[in-house]
Amino acid sequence: MTGKFETHEHDVLIIGAGGAGLRAAVEALNQGASVGVVCKSLLGKAHTVMAEGGIAAAMGNVDAADNWKTHFRDTMRGGKLLNNWRMAQLHAQEAPNAVRELEQWGALFDRTESGDIMQRAFGGHTFKRLCHVGDRTGLEIIRTLQDRGVHLGIDVYMECTVTRLLLDGGRIAGAFGYWREQGRFVVFKAKSVVIATGGVGKAWKITSNSWEYTGDGMALAYEAGAELMDLEFVQFHPTGMVWPPGVQGILVTEAVRGEGGILRNKLGERFMEKYDPKKLELSTRDVVARSIYTEVREGRGTEHGGAYLDISHKPAEYVKRKLPGMYHQFKELADVDITKQPMEVGPTCHYSMGGIRVDADTAESTIPGLFAAGEAAAGLHGANRLGGNSLSDLLVFGRRAGLAAAAHAKKTPAPVIDPKQVEDAEQEMLAPFSHTGGPSPYEIHRELQDTLQSLVGIFRNEEDLKRALAEIQRFKEHAANVSVEGSRLFNPGWHLARDLKSMLTIAEAVTRCALERKESRGAHSRIDFPEYDAAWAKKNNIIVWDGAGMALRQRPVPEMPEELKQILAEDK
Amino acid sequence: MAEAVLAVYRGDRESGKPVEYKVPLAPGMVVLDALHYIQGHLAPDLAVRWNCKAGRCGSCSAEVNGRPRLTCKTRMDSLPLDSPVTISPLRAFPVIKDLVTDVSWNYEVNRKIPAFTPRPGVQWKMLQEDVDRPQEFRKCIECFLCQNVCHVLRDHGKHAEYGGPRFFVRVAGLEMHPLDGLSRTKLLKEQLGLGLCNITKCCTEVCPESIHITDNAIIPLKERIVDQYYDPLFWIVRKIRKPGESTRT
Ligand SMILES: Cc1cc2nc3c(=O)[nH]c(=O)nc-3n(C[C@H](O)[C@H](O)[C@H](O)COP(=O)(O)OP(=O)(O)OC[C@H]3O[C@@H](n4cnc5c(N)ncnc54)[C@H](O)[C@@H]3O)c2cc1C
Ligand code: SF4
Ligand code: SF4
Ligand code: FES
Repeated sequence: MTGKFETHEHDVLIIGAGGAGLRAAVEALNQGASVGVVCKSLLGKAHTVMAEGGIAAAMGNVDAADNWKTHFRDTMRGGKLLNNWRMAQLHAQEAPNAVRELEQWGALFDRTESGDIMQRAFGGHTFKRLCHVGDRTGLEIIRTLQDRGVHLGIDVYMECTVTRLLLDGGRIAGAFGYWREQGRFVVFKAKSVVIATGGVGKAWKITSNSWEYTGDGMALAYEAGAELMDLEFVQFHPTGMVWPPGVQGILVTEAVRGEGGILRNKLGERFMEKYDPKKLELSTRDVVARSIYTEVREGRGTEHGGAYLDISHKPAEYVKRKLPGMYHQFKELADVDITKQPMEVGPTCHYSMGGIRVDADTAESTIPGLFAAGEAAAGLHGANRLGGNSLSDLLVFGRRAGLAAAAHAKKTPAPVIDPKQVEDAEQEMLAPFSHTGGPSPYEIHRELQDTLQSLVGIFRNEEDLKRALAEIQRFKEHAANVSVEGSRLFNPGWHLARDLKSMLTIAEAVTRCALERKESRGAHSRIDFPEYDAAWAKKNNIIVWDGAGMALRQRPVPEMPEELKQILAEDK
Repeated sequence: MAEAVLAVYRGDRESGKPVEYKVPLAPGMVVLDALHYIQGHLAPDLAVRWNCKAGRCGSCSAEVNGRPRLTCKTRMDSLPLDSPVTISPLRAFPVIKDLVTDVSWNYEVNRKIPAFTPRPGVQWKMLQEDVDRPQEFRKCIECFLCQNVCHVLRDHGKHAEYGGPRFFVRVAGLEMHPLDGLSRTKLLKEQLGLGLCNITKCCTEVCPESIHITDNAIIPLKERIVDQYYDPLFWIVRKIRKPGESTRT
C-alpha cells in the first residue's frame, strides 16, 4: 500500500503545536488516546509563543464584579453579534478554569497583593480581565503546555509540514506531509485529526505573523471538502511598529494601551476622543485601527505614516516592569526609549477571525473525524476578536477538540489509507523540481502580499476586491509553474512553493467573502457600504469546494436562546 | 544605495564554505532581513530558521562575525560593514544545512527533567515577591545561544553527561517555584553534570533575555547540591521552608 513511505499511526493526529494543538494533545492523552503532534517549526516556536498582552478570563481577581456573563456580552458585542453564541458562552464560562489549570501545571502568572492571578485592562473588555506574565504571556502558556504534553508522552513530529488530508470515503483517515529537514515524505494514519494550524496573516505585507501563518490548515480542510466560514474578517491590530522599515509590522502589544498608553496624531491631539470618547484607546481593535488609518489618510499621521503611542507619563520603573519586552524591542530595534519618548505605530495584519466551521461543543468540522481549534477555526470571535480572547480560545476549544477527537477515535474502526491519494500528494510536491524557468515562489509571494495589502486591507470597495480576485487568479496560474532550485534538503524555496498554494486558496476565499458582504461590520469595512445591514447580521458566509471550484453560500446565524439574549441586553 | 556583503556559510553535514552575497541596506535592517533578502533574490534555497522576528521565539540563532546572536535582533548598522559580515551556524550542534543545525539533543535533555509537581494540599496563592525569582528563569526563549558558548559542550562535547545552562535555568525555574514539592538536586548532580560547570559566565554574557544564568540559577543550584550532599540537616530545613512559604498561610 503505502509501504513506500514512512508511516505513523495514532488514534488522534494533531496538526499544529501552538496553544490549541498542545491543549488538545494534553486532553486526548488524558483520555488514553495515542497522540501525535505535527508542526512546521521546532516545538515551542509556534505563534502562541509571541502572544504578549494576556489571556482573557473572568476570574474577578481585580474587579470582583466580573463574571462570565459580562465576558460573554463583551465578546458578542466586540464581534458585532456575528459570533456563534454557543462558543461565546462556553468560552466565557470555561476560560477561568482553563487558566487555573495552567497554574496547576506550573505556569507562573503575575500576582495581585492578595496572592491571586493579576489581571489587566484591555480593549473592549468591561473589566480588568487579562491574566498575564509581564508581556510574555504566550511564552508562559506554550512552555507550560509543551512540558505537560512531553511528560504525558505525546509523540512530536517537528519541522514536518502536512500538505494534504487523507480521506476514507467521507471520513478522515490521516494526513500526508514531508520532513522539512531531509524532504522525505511521511504518511500519518489516524482515526481523528485536529487542525490547529493558526491563521493566514503572512499573505499580507505588513503583518505581525511569522512564515508559518500561511493558512495551511484552512486550505487543507477546504481541499478535503470541509466548510470555511466568515473569512472576510481579518483583524488589523492597531499598533504595529512602522519605523524603521526593517521592523515594520512587528507587534506593539495592546497591553501598552491597557497600562495607560495614549494615542496622538502629529498635531498632538488625542484623536480617540473623536472616534470613541467613552472607551478611548481601549476601544475595540477594529475601531482603533480604522481611527489611526483615518488620521493618516487625512494628513494627520506621523512622519512615517502612523500615530504616536505614548506611555512615558508613567514611571519608568513601572513601564520596564510591566512591559519589559516592549521596552527592549523599541530600544534595540528603533533606538526609542519608551519610558521617555512616544512610539510610532500603525495597523498591522494580525489575526483571522474566519476559518474552519466547527460545532461549538465538539469542535468537529463538517467532515466526520476532522476537528479544528484555535485561530484555524471560526465562530467564537465573529466580526472582530477582543484582545486576550485568543489565548483563552486556544485552551477552551483546544481542550474540547482533544476530548471529542479522543471520543471519536474510541468508537471508530481504523481507517484505510488510499494509495492513490498518497501518490497524488507526492506528485504535487515533486512537480516544482521538474519545472524550469518558471517564476520563483518568493516573487509570487511578494506580489500577493502587495495585492492583499493594498486591495484587501482595512478599507475595501468593490472595484479593489474585483481587481484583487483577478490578480489572485493570475498568481494561481503562475504558481502552477513555479520552479524550485536546489535539493529537497531543508529548502525554504520549495517549502514556500507549497505554502503559497495555501495562501492563494485562502486569499481567494477572503476576497470572495469580502466582495459578497455588502456592509461594514467589525474588521470588515466597505467604503461603498459604510453602514451595518441588519440582513447581513443574520448570515455567515460559507466557502466550500463544490467539485468544480470555490463556491460561496450563506448559512443563517444560529438563533440565540432567550436567556442569553437577556444577558446581552443588560448594561454592566 | 548603500550595500553590505554577507559571507554566509553554505553547506551541509559533509562540507561547506562561506559564500558572499551583496545586499542593499535599509534603515533599521537586521541581519535576518539581509538573510531574507538573499533568500528572496539570490539564493532561494538558503536554509535559515526564524519565526517571530522580534526576539521572542529564539529560532534565529547564528554566529555573526563569530559571536552568537539572534539574527533578528542584530542590526546591520551595529556591525562594521567595510569587510564582509560572516554568518555561520551555531558551533555546538551538527549542521543540517547552511545556518540550520540539529538541536534535537536539547529536547532529549528536557525530557529528563521531572515536571512541576505541586506539594500536596497547596493553596493556589502566591505573592509577586515569591514568583519574581522563578519568573526570571521562565523568560528563556530556548535560543540555545548559552548552550552554544558553554565550553563544556562546545569544546569538550560532553553532551552525554551534561545538561547545559539552558536546562540549569529550567531546573532553577522549577526548583524555585514557590509551590513545587520535588527536589531535582540528584538529577542535577548525577545526570545533568552540574559539577562540570566552572562558572566562566560565558552563558550569561550571550543570553538575549538577560537572564543571570550563572549568578541566579547555577550558583544557587550548586549550593543546593552542597547542602543536600554535605549538610543534610540544613537541606531538610531549607526544603521544608521553600521561598515564600513563610508569607503564606
Ligand atoms: C505578536 C502576537 C501577539 C499576540 N498577543 C496575543 C495576546 O496577548 N493575547 C491573545 O489572546 N492573543 C494574542 N495573539 C494571538 C494568538 O497568539 C494567536 O492567535 C494564537 O497563538 C494562535 O494559536 P493556535 O494554537 O491557533 O496556533 P499557533 O500558535 O499559531 O500554532 C500553529 C501551529 O500549526 C503548525 N502548522 C501550521 N501549518 C502546518 C502544516 N501545514 N503542517 C504542520 N503544522 C503546521 C505550526 O507549526 C504551529 O505549530 C498574538 C499574536 C501575535 C502574532
Ligand atoms: S558558567 Fe557554566 S554553564 Fe555557563 S558557560 Fe560557563 S561552564 Fe557553561
Ligand atoms: S537561557 Fe538565555 S541564552 Fe540560554 S536558551 Fe534561554 S534565552 Fe537563550
Ligand atoms: S526570529 Fe524569533 S527570536 Fe529571532
